[in-house]
Amino acid sequence: MSDKAGSFREWLDERLPVTKFLEDQLLKYYAPKNFNFLYFFGSLALLVLVNQIVTGIVLAMHYKPAAELAFDSVEYIMRDVDWGWLLRYLHSTGASLFFVVIYMHMFRALFYGSFKKPRELLWLFGMVIFVLLMAEAFMGYLLPWGQMSYWGAQVIISLFGAIPVIGEDLATWIKGDFVIADATLNRFFAFHVIAVPLAILGLVVLHLAALRTTGSNNPDGIEIKKNRDLMGIPKDGIPFHPYYTVKDLYVAGLFITIFAWIVFYSPEMGGLFLEHPNFDPADSMRTPEHIQPVWYFTPFYSILRAIPSKLGGVMAMAASIVVLFLLPWLDRCPVKSIRYRSPLFKIALTAFVISFLGLGVLGTKPVTETYTLMARFFSVIYFSFFLLLPIFSSVEITKPVPERLTEPVIPLSKREGFQWRLIEEGIRALQDSPQVERVKDAISKVRGKITGR
Amino acid sequence: MKKVFALLLLCTLSLVCRAESGVKPQHADVDVFDQLSVIRGAGYFADYCLGCHGLKQIRYSRIAKDLRVSESKLRELILFGDTKIHEPVKTAMSPKTAEVAFDVVPPDLSLITRARGADWIYGYLKGFYDDPQRPFGVNNLFVHNVAMPNPLWPLQGPQKPVMGRIDGKLEIVGVENSGHGAMTGAEFDKAVNDIVNFLVYVGEPSVLQRVPMGKFVIAFLLFLTYLFYLLKKEYWKDLD
Repeated sequence: MSDKAGSFREWLDERLPVTKFLEDQLLKYYAPKNFNFLYFFGSLALLVLVNQIVTGIVLAMHYKPAAELAFDSVEYIMRDVDWGWLLRYLHSTGASLFFVVIYMHMFRALFYGSFKKPRELLWLFGMVIFVLLMAEAFMGYLLPWGQMSYWGAQVIISLFGAIPVIGEDLATWIKGDFVIADATLNRFFAFHVIAVPLAILGLVVLHLAALRTTGSNNPDGIEIKKNRDLMGIPKDGIPFHPYYTVKDLYVAGLFITIFAWIVFYSPEMGGLFLEHPNFDPADSMRTPEHIQPVWYFTPFYSILRAIPSKLGGVMAMAASIVVLFLLPWLDRCPVKSIRYRSPLFKIALTAFVISFLGLGVLGTKPVTETYTLMARFFSVIYFSFFLLLPIFSSVEITKPVPERLTEPVIPLSKREGFQWRLIEEGIRALQDSPQVERVKDAISKVRGKITGR
Repeated sequence: MKKVFALLLLCTLSLVCRAESGVKPQHADVDVFDQLSVIRGAGYFADYCLGCHGLKQIRYSRIAKDLRVSESKLRELILFGDTKIHEPVKTAMSPKTAEVAFDVVPPDLSLITRARGADWIYGYLKGFYDDPQRPFGVNNLFVHNVAMPNPLWPLQGPQKPVMGRIDGKLEIVGVENSGHGAMTGAEFDKAVNDIVNFLVYVGEPSVLQRVPMGKFVIAFLLFLTYLFYLLKKEYWKDLD
């Protein structure tokens, strides 16, 4: 570093602890060395958040939050604003991928027990971010002022009407009118661009501060801080920078490539990311055939529809989210990682994931008898997971937990259980098949030609 | 675990992809990059649709630029009277007149293909059949008791409904062409496909920018990711 830059840094450090902060947070922050695929979603969530804020700011420069103008102003962005289509697709794709990333991030916590002591607060901050994110997405979805924006908001806000005594007044108060109207659009815009993003940013800081206090969990679910060398550095830790910064950079590259593929080739994602009826302007006199939320809300929407009474449905839906907050206290098993937990837990978690995905798919479907029955079945599994967890997790027979970290991904040969043997057999059979041999030959020939050998 | 997820994903996808029952429209052969087809479609639209339906989200100048046609060509094709080239494509019919004539104001079609899908428009335009009960003498396979007359009738010729059973109920399941139109069946299909192509283009003009650009962006990102990978490998080397 040149003298000038050095003296500037000195000047700065005397007034603001920049160097110390960066050193503490990056160079002297030791993260477990065996992070795998599931551990990238935190940094990816941050990346998507930045994307949403940056594209959102520019979109807000051209968007008009007025019932008469909103729909056309979105089309104006898509057509007359230079690169407007790119900004809008980055924002709309980002919204959906935000939920993909967050759901994976939450699943990771369930999989490796990252919500458990001492990380309860970390989990709670994360859950508040999740709820705020849902509010942010819901209010943002009204802004294009299409048919689905309008009627989706109508359905969700009318849910508040189910609350006894104050319900109807509360729903009117939220809307600022007796129907979804200009007033609703204006306030949702204010919440979407100012209030909720501010709250999310604040909570992200708390979430990260809590993470840096306890340190990251890992695929083995053990505390690396318990095993320190003579210098007091965790033996299984590696400095966050440069190791995880470069690894996250690489994964961010992969993620952005997938992101770009969607933006450039399939921004509607077959009607999942941008729903077809939303290209029809909002019309308060015409109800669409099927009203359905965007895919990331469908699991909860399914639970709502599965209950025959409106109030019951609303309570079940609220409970399905509230119960996630309680997870650190519902799971009594001291062992964190799924690697060392009982088969019972593995089966329960698999059933939970299947029921969550099943509810998600059902939420995009019109109501039929069979679908309602299936939604009820999956809802029962969803809630059973949380209700039975305190019982079976306290009597679970777990495997011995190692002292030190093991592999990021357990090799197939070390895994126990007949399903892994089956997969092993399958792979072996595939490797021995003549087709694969031929492909291998072809690849080595091409390689030979390229390298000139 | 990964395999389980792959399987689950497959199940989910197959559920999502399963189409709803009822009469399905035929598949439109959409290609917005077939410039001649889109231009032909613009011509048909001007002759048969623009009288009642506008495309207010697009300007004539944008069409001229995207389809690479001159203003004079555009004036032959779609830009009529003393309309300026920078104006949006609006219909000459006033909403009031429309309401008197059809009971409803014909919708603006700027985003119709994005809202309904290209196949639906293709099926709808081909799905008119004779129905003496209706004010304009036609009904439609995809919109029961449609308020719209069939403007393409002279090209297509009259069509008769074909009855069949759906879930045991006798319903109209298709249409049969009389062969008395100005165009043959194949010619007419092509003309309708041209209109659909034009409407798909109007629904998202940026598609002409978006798709060709995609491969360069992705190639660049893959290259960048490869560099990041090498960087990661270099740093992680000393950990093993």
